[in-house]
Amino acid sequence: MITTNGLVKTYGQVTAVDGVDLAVREGDRYGLLGPNGSGKTTLVRMLLGLVFATRGTIEVLGVPVPKRVHDALPRIGAMVEGPGMYPHLNGRANLTLMDAAGPGGGRADRKRRIGEALERVGLAGIDKRPVKAYSLGMRQRLGLAAALLRRPQLLILDEPTNGLDPRGIREIRELLAGLNAEGTTVFLSSHLLGEIDALCTRVGVMDRGRLVLQDELAALRAETGRVLVGTPEPERVIALLDGRVEQRDGERLTVRHPDPGDLNAELIKAGIRVTALGAERRTLEQVVLEATTTSSDRVEGSS
Amino acid sequence: MAKLFRRPRTYVIAGLLCALPFVVAVFLATTRIPPPPGQGGAFLSAVLSNGALYPAAAMALVMPVFLPVSVAVLAGDSVAGEASQGTLRYLLIRPVGRTRLLVAKLVALIVFVLFAIGAVLLTSFLTGITMFGGEPAAGVAIPADVTSLSGVTITPFGLVLRLLATVVYIVISMLSVAAIALFLSTLTDSGLGAAMGALAVLVTSQVLVTLDAAAAIRPYLPTRYWLAWIDFFRDPMLLRDVERGAGIQLVFLVVLLGAAWANFMTRDITN
Repeated sequence: MITTNGLVKTYGQVTAVDGVDLAVREGDRYGLLGPNGSGKTTLVRMLLGLVFATRGTIEVLGVPVPKRVHDALPRIGAMVEGPGMYPHLNGRANLTLMDAAGPGGGRADRKRRIGEALERVGLAGIDKRPVKAYSLGMRQRLGLAAALLRRPQLLILDEPTNGLDPRGIREIRELLAGLNAEGTTVFLSSHLLGEIDALCTRVGVMDRGRLVLQDELAALRAETGRVLVGTPEPERVIALLDGRVEQRDGERLTVRHPDPGDLNAELIKAGIRVTALGAERRTLEQVVLEATTTSSDRVEGSS
Repeated sequence: MAKLFRRPRTYVIAGLLCALPFVVAVFLATTRIPPPPGQGGAFLSAVLSNGALYPAAAMALVMPVFLPVSVAVLAGDSVAGEASQGTLRYLLIRPVGRTRLLVAKLVALIVFVLFAIGAVLLTSFLTGITMFGGEPAAGVAIPADVTSLSGVTITPFGLVLRLLATVVYIVISMLSVAAIALFLSTLTDSGLGAAMGALAVLVTSQVLVTLDAAAAIRPYLPTRYWLAWIDFFRDPMLLRDVERGAGIQLVFLVVLLGAAWANFMTRDITN
């Protein structure tokens, strides 16, 4: 769906995006993670042909960008850095205007499509108020509705949950998961770990313009070979598993052990009561922190 | 697409444009003091005797400052305004081709200029007739302060024809203003900045036109021949300045639009 090769963008002295090889596959829910200023937005803009790359190639939906970006754009729904609306018009008028401005939106079913898109994002009941009277969350939803107007194959969303409350974030997450289940590839960027953790199947991590990590979320969160054990009798466990307990925090122990099932059987056999037991997984946060530190080391080493 | 960008402020500007000749007309009609010949707006003294000529007088009032200012403001805002509202990027990824967007903006500006001029002509004609009286059917005497041949009358048909030629000429002049502002508008994300830049160019040009020391470059200044359309109302019509003026405006138009296009095609949209 999206492939970039050695993508570089420099603004004068500053390198905003530095040698990014992005690979988003059809059906992915791809999350691009990175702190503010790490080049996410510049990358997204390059994918859409808004910003021209200094070096490297981009292919989106099988079409080279920016050369033939106009063949790909009608099949893409996008939101870049917050919604852009005409503040003096109401939501429906804005969507109508945008839909009429370009190709791929039929006039005949425009009203129906706008109604559907508004319903999907939870704005079915909007009235005649101009957009300038909307709350941040409503604008965000309206921007999302604009991206969904023509049932795109690919959604490219930059910080889609900005300004939404927790319930709104959850709704949008469910909406995106639903669209993805219907076959839409979702590419979103965020600086919020939790958001990507909860939605995405594939993760790329940007740091200082570089893509330092790109993998399946499941693979990233592999088991660490440790088991977390909760027990009211921690001393007995320590005595039993001599030397294999790595950490003790009250009644919670971290045990080095390849298989939680075997460990459970072992503890039960010894007559130790177990209240909780599970394999320890790396959190996305750990993964990201590791990836970003190595990257900054690498930059220092190579310069 | 162009028609979609006509919004309330357009009507406010057009309304203000119409109001200026109206205010002038009120003063003229109540005091009946004509400006001394050779001073004041063109046609104004002639208007007192025949209201049907007031549209031409209104054009002469609006043309030097008011109309260019409003065109510069709108044109300056056309691309930069979209950029600062954040709608430019959505238009481009919609996708609307960059060339197409510029053309649409230009068409919208032409529509605005025509609409504004039309509104001014219509309202000033009505004010002229009601305040100064006049029988448009009887023909219009060529005003003495404009032509060397006084007493020649223009038929109503001739008047309409001359007004139409005037409109065409003014549209071309205003388009070169629009081209300056549009070019600046593709350079910056601030509509106000682009409008200010265009106005700075125009004011500089106006100042240089009156400056004898700058006589060498005077024929090439964008505003030099702006009022040349007044020659349409001479008899016989004196077309030398009009032709030159139109030529210069077209050169400005082509060069600046080309620059705007070249800049916009290769620009990173980061707003």
